Amino acid sequence: MFKPIIKIHDATAVSTERVSRRHILWGVLYWAGWGIILGILCVVGGAVVRLLYPRVIYEASKVFKAGRPEDYKMGSVNLVPGRSVWIVREKEGFYALLAKCTHLGCQPIWYEDQQVFKCPCHGSRFYKDGINFSGPAPRPLERLHISLSNEGRLVVNKGKVVGHDYTLQT
Amino acid sequence: MNIIVQMWRSIFRTGVADSPVHRVFRVVVNFLLHLHPARVSKDGIKLRYTFCLGGLSLFFFIVTAVTGGFLMIYYYPDVDKAYASMKDIDEIVPFGTFMRNLHRWAAHLMVIFVPLHMLRVFLTAAYKPPREFNWVIGVNLLLLTFLLSFTGYLLPWDQLSYWAVTVGTTMAENTPILGAQGPFSVLGPEEDMHFILLGGTTIGQPTLVRFYFAHCVALPGALAGLMALHFWRIRKAGGISRPL
Repeated sequence: MFKPIIKIHDATAVSTERVSRRHILWGVLYWAGWGIILGILCVVGGAVVRLLYPRVIYEASKVFKAGRPEDYKMGSVNLVPGRSVWIVREKEGFYALLAKCTHLGCQPIWYEDQQVFKCPCHGSRFYKDGINFSGPAPRPLERLHISLSNEGRLVVNKGKVVGHDYTLQT
Repeated sequence: MNIIVQMWRSIFRTGVADSPVHRVFRVVVNFLLHLHPARVSKDGIKLRYTFCLGGLSLFFFIVTAVTGGFLMIYYYPDVDKAYASMKDIDEIVPFGTFMRNLHRWAAHLMVIFVPLHMLRVFLTAAYKPPREFNWVIGVNLLLLTFLLSFTGYLLPWDQLSYWAVTVGTTMAENTPILGAQGPFSVLGPEEDMHFILLGGTTIGQPTLVRFYFAHCVALPGALAGLMALHFWRIRKAGGISRPL
């Protein structure tokens, strides 16, 4: 099972089923020693992995206000500065699209003249409602939860993805 | 005169006497001369057998490490200063452009020469026993070379860096198991590989510092350690490019 650490010179003591107490104790110590080393390595490894996760991240809140509904023109696509979200106003109501291409995460650009979102990284294209129609993007742009606060401001929640027919009537 | 003899002895350990035996002994105990093998087979010095591809890869690593050290003196891994300090290196630091271009070209050549070395090893069947584990180490060296290139890409902090790293880390987000968006994902968006790489959910200051650490400390350290093992195993397996 394990290599004896000390040689037992008394051949008669180990020749039959008899095992010396010293032999057993050394075996226990041997495996306990390796167990302690393994335990320390696990604790150190776990600590290193834990260290990579910050307790606090200094990022903008996922929920933010985006002005009053009257600020948005009918049929317009508006990029909220610093938030990577478009707020689109249509006759059916408001909806918020996450400005992150579903292919590999670049920020598409809205072309007002062509009424289309184009991603500069790999050429994916999306209609105004976020549906992909060209390029490598596998899914439509994520639609985010949008609601009205008590003071009548639009509130977007980037942490909450909604269905592709979700609109906010005002 | 005695002091000079003592200095010579303390450095070379063999005294100043000159004879063929002394010369051989000097080679055997000298670290720099010991780096090269005492015996080299005829095939080992044939240029067309290895094309020096492994040695050139090492050379380009040394060039990137040395020039990278000089660049570190003037570069700040701070989102407000990184781009400006890169422009400073290019425009006002004495020999800055030269150092940056050396670093860039040596890095590109390393990425080209490491796979070429791998191709040569494959074509001459030099991955066969007893060298098969050294092939595995070599694959890890190739991965580290790619990771060094990738992490270095973010540091100029311009549009190209930003979106290239967006693309690369989104791939990490779509990795099976380890990525939040990938198949068989078990980790959330604030627990996955993408989060560890970025130090957050979007590319920002924590990302730049993490990539800087990886590019300047962690990856070159790992690469140097594995290279030492790689070269030691070449010697133990019987030297370079020799049929065994």
